[in-house]
Amino acid sequence: MSEIVELNLAVNGRSRTVLVEPRETLADVLRERLGLTGLKVSCDVQVCGACTVLVDGLAVSACTYLAVDAGDHEVLTVEGLARDGELSPLQQAFIDVAAFQCGFCTPGMLMAATALLSDNPAPTREEVVAGIDGNLCRCTGYVPIIEAVLAAAAARTASRPDR
Amino acid sequence: MKRVTTRPAPPSPIGESVPRRDGVAKVTGAARFTSDLSVPGMAWAKIVRSPYPHARIRSVDTSAARALPGVIAAVSAADLADVEIYYGHALADHPLIADGVVRYVGEAVVGIVAEDAATADEAVALVLIDYEPLPVVITVEAALADGAPIIHEREAAQRPHRGFEEEIERDHPNVCSLSTQSYGDIDDAFDGAHLVVEGDFRYPISYAYAMEPYTAIAEWSDGGLTVWSSCQHPFMVREDLANCFSLPQSRVRVIVPFVGGGYGSKSYTKIEPLTAALALRAGRPVKLALSIDESILTTRGDGAFIHIASAFDADGRLRGRRAEIALDTGAYAENSPLVGRKAANRIAGPYRIPAVEVTCRVIYTNTAPASSFRGFGAPQGNFAAESQMDEAAEKLGLDPLEIRRRNVVAPGEALWPGVRGMDADLDADLGLVAEALDWWTPPAAGHGRAIAISASDAGSEPVTTSLVRISADGSVTVTVGSTEIGQGSSTVLAQIAAAEMGVPLDRVQLLQSDTSAVSYDRSTGASRTTTLVGLAIQSAAADARAQLLDAARDALANGGAVEPAPGGVLVDGVHHDWGAVVRAWFAGAGGEIVGRGYVRKAGTTQAMPSFWEIGCVGVEVSVDEATGQIWVKHLVTVGDVGCAINPQLVESQDLGAAIMGFGMAMREELVYTPDGNLLSGNLVEYRVPRAGDIPPFTSILAERGDGVGVYGAKGGGEGSLNPVAAAIANAVQRATGVRLRQAPFTPERVWRALQERDAGG
Repeated sequence: MSEIVELNLAVNGRSRTVLVEPRETLADVLRERLGLTGLKVSCDVQVCGACTVLVDGLAVSACTYLAVDAGDHEVLTVEGLARDGELSPLQQAFIDVAAFQCGFCTPGMLMAATALLSDNPAPTREEVVAGIDGNLCRCTGYVPIIEAVLAAAAARTASRPDR
Repeated sequence: MKRVTTRPAPPSPIGESVPRRDGVAKVTGAARFTSDLSVPGMAWAKIVRSPYPHARIRSVDTSAARALPGVIAAVSAADLADVEIYYGHALADHPLIADGVVRYVGEAVVGIVAEDAATADEAVALVLIDYEPLPVVITVEAALADGAPIIHEREAAQRPHRGFEEEIERDHPNVCSLSTQSYGDIDDAFDGAHLVVEGDFRYPISYAYAMEPYTAIAEWSDGGLTVWSSCQHPFMVREDLANCFSLPQSRVRVIVPFVGGGYGSKSYTKIEPLTAALALRAGRPVKLALSIDESILTTRGDGAFIHIASAFDADGRLRGRRAEIALDTGAYAENSPLVGRKAANRIAGPYRIPAVEVTCRVIYTNTAPASSFRGFGAPQGNFAAESQMDEAAEKLGLDPLEIRRRNVVAPGEALWPGVRGMDADLDADLGLVAEALDWWTPPAAGHGRAIAISASDAGSEPVTTSLVRISADGSVTVTVGSTEIGQGSSTVLAQIAAAEMGVPLDRVQLLQSDTSAVSYDRSTGASRTTTLVGLAIQSAAADARAQLLDAARDALANGGAVEPAPGGVLVDGVHHDWGAVVRAWFAGAGGEIVGRGYVRKAGTTQAMPSFWEIGCVGVEVSVDEATGQIWVKHLVTVGDVGCAINPQLVESQDLGAAIMGFGMAMREELVYTPDGNLLSGNLVEYRVPRAGDIPPFTSILAERGDGVGVYGAKGGGEGSLNPVAAAIANAVQRATGVRLRQAPFTPERVWRALQERDAGG
């Protein structure tokens, strides 16, 4: 048996303390210990992006990110995108253009796009494609996803003309 | 999206792109997939897999694994004497765990159950298995060679009611099935031909990559079995589980939560019998969650070698087609015999051919088992056949569009004797693609354009049911056995129910895929759901309305006139909604009217196939001659779906299908070494399309109301995959003069072909 360590995380704005083994990935801890099953594990080798979450605003693959490395950092998962029951503009755009089918890639895709829009609030189509190129989707052929990210960016720009 | 519509306007909300009903769940992380579930008391399973492609198992020693703290059970075939371990869709040739012999690298040999996944993983490494290696067969050529090792010594029983009316033919011990398709005088067709084109084509071994790996949870209680699984056909899984464990089907409950992609790869039974067997021995609920690498070893797509010859008249009219298809099904039959049957049917294409002679052998090799995958035998044959149409056009000096227009069957015309007439306007579809590609204007220098078309006998079997339940508040609960695998059935079927009952969409709740809670559906595949399950809902809604009308006469009329009205009835001109009728008829608290809908092989759904699924695509490409890289500059699809119940979802299906075809044409291939190891068995080396790969796309929906389904609908979602490889190959030929006969068209293959061209080859 491995040693057990106490891990403090801020997950979706709430401070959480969990006992973990150092070998556990952030994906394991979020899904199995904290019940945040929104993020998905698919390829398990950092290729598909389904497990993408944000650590201090940076998109990481939780399947290959040790949970202990997230200690004392802020973690944002798909469950934290909606505020007070209101979907983020990006989530709403995904629904509006049906930017998903099976939905297995969607949580990771949303987190990658959230990171993109946070860095670059008005991306070009090429920048959107580059921003989600590390996230696989096997259902949609990507076009609606690209449209959704662009629509969310446009909606945000329209609602905040000063930015 | 362009919509070409000649059908009558359907009632609201049919034809409207209403938002997906699973949208909020899927964008908030609330959607629960099997991989997200746990059951109280649940233990975790991991699988010990064979490192040999073919070997006898001399002994299995699990003592060290069992001694590891936290391990609950270590199960091999020897521990399952009370279980019928052989299952399989067409042929029961597949043991749920290796039975004395392993037939491919990755086959399950021992199942470990432990308190947690990490402990189970540790125990896997402690199992000692002594193997005696046997001679291996990795290619279909080797499987049929003289003196080839025989992969299945044991005779496998054919399963009843699995899509074969006839006994499955076999003409070699390593041939799992032989399908033939033959009509007309083939010798006459070829003897009198002006032109015969003949050649060999190869289509890759593929992998569907449903992003959610195969996952199941099994729990035994009170002699019954409950299984949660990421599967497409819960009722067929139920039947197989009942057979394995000698249970009545009614005592097996299969529940399908949200499914993270299927594309045919989650059709039929996969890991459910193994999970249930492990739960039985462990005496605990057990979860078996495979990795993607293990999922690749569980089911892949059939690779194909095709020899094909087509005979033409001088004016480009097809006289005959001969083809020999060899499909590599790997170690077990799974559903490949049916894939082979369909490949034999579909290689003739959507053309009027007086004489056809096709044989398709599905061949065992010591590789991972192949089964259904979107397109189901069509993409393999279509690549060969549609390449040949362009070869013929070139030799005859005909426009590739024109040679197709001369040969496609007319609406209503049967492709071969005894089948349903063509329920599509193929000539018009070809015209739509040509127009979108700007066909009649020459492309830029170095560019090539091509169009390819396919027709698939689709819909599987017309066997399904539905219940439409009207509550005392007038809201509507619909149950169907069909699975939401991402295609949007939970939205589309609710739209149909809302239209048929005349109630707002938000008054309809659809319940799917729980074999103990909903009524039977045969399968979710072959693009059948909108058409066939839609008809079942329509029929159940009609039954409910008839009962409600009777109930209104009984309880509300008081001798007055009762007539149907949207969302309810008129009694002497006064509208009463469905809820008022239910409440009045039961004359008390609550109540519910239940309408039943059955679809069977009778009436409008007697003729087979239930519908023809059309693929009609066009591409424009350029080729970087220095590197061999193909650039697809434009991709056009026509979704010939009769009536798009939800156009946004149809378009999304077409694009997704076409991009999957694009992936297999350009890059995707599972490659085996000669000694039976998989070289590209992971998502790094099996390269699926990424966002940056996607070509500019034009989607056209053709809605002519010519399908057998509700409002003239018919299926979509597979067709646009089938012709993509041929279209790209033909466009490359037009751009460079090089004929590609082996997919995927990797830069290396294209570059080599260009070198041969330049060497005068």
